[in-house]
Amino acid sequence: MGARLGGALMSEFLAMGGHGLYVWLAYGISFAVLAGLGLRPIVERRRFLANARRTDEGRNP
Amino acid sequence: MGRFTTWFYRMGSPRWFFDLSRPWLVGFLVAGIVLLTVGTVWGLGFAPPDYQQGDSYRIIYIHVPSAHLAEALYVAMGVAGIVVLVWRMKLADMFIAVTAPVGMAITGIALLTGAIWGRPTWGAWWVWDARTTSVLVLFFLYVGIMALRQAIPRADQAGRAAAVLAIVGTVNVPIIKYSVDWWLTLHQPASITFTAAPAMPPSMWVPLLVNFLGFYSLVAAFLVAGLRNEVLRREADAQWVRDWVGRS
Repeated sequence: MGARLGGALMSEFLAMGGHGLYVWLAYGISFAVLAGLGLRPIVERRRFLANARRTDEGRNP
Repeated sequence: MGRFTTWFYRMGSPRWFFDLSRPWLVGFLVAGIVLLTVGTVWGLGFAPPDYQQGDSYRIIYIHVPSAHLAEALYVAMGVAGIVVLVWRMKLADMFIAVTAPVGMAITGIALLTGAIWGRPTWGAWWVWDARTTSVLVLFFLYVGIMALRQAIPRADQAGRAAAVLAIVGTVNVPIIKYSVDWWLTLHQPASITFTAAPAMPPSMWVPLLVNFLGFYSLVAAFLVAGLRNEVLRREADAQWVRDWVGRS
């Protein structure tokens, strides 16, 4: 009973009054872009460190 | 030199920024993630539906913060542009370089969420009204700054050209802001202003405020992180950077 009520509430929440596609698409795209913006500096930092270590080894082998 | 002048010139030193900015990065990141999570769950799950638009209006909780941030970032680049031209401050030039792609992405979020919101509300993904068109111009201004930096081989000239475009382009920001008042637009005017009571109940605008602060904090964290990397790249040959690489 509780689970069925919960499931009904969940599908009502996901449906967003018939606008589910628009709402979830908007949030999905936005958070994907934000995640990409957050990952970029992490990748850049790793790349910089890897490069710098390589150059440093070249300097004093 | 006064205390402010000393601070101002120190701020321009990339190394000083790098040494100080790590706690800022952590603080902004934690605040941004917490605020955005709270604001989004609140806005999607607990704020009441709109009496005209139903649940589609919930896109507001990302659309308005991202659109506002997209404008604010451009103004910040304009200010940095003045600092570049007047004081030749390296850190300001780095700020423009790091902010342009982030601003472009945030403007992209504002445009895409606007289009998705427009479909059920206006019946069209896109309309060429003054608001949407001026925000599209903002997007291409960000692209233009990135393109200028790439196209000009000498770094100092590229930096100055980008600074000029950053300054000149800020003219577009008041146009975006007042477009809904100056012209007849399909886009609705602001629901929340400093001068009047909000046109929505607190149960709607408080989560909007939370997400607003969340967007600003999170993107501030991304910019600090990007700026730290930019400092490292440009000062890669300096002894202090090599020492830092050795330690990390």
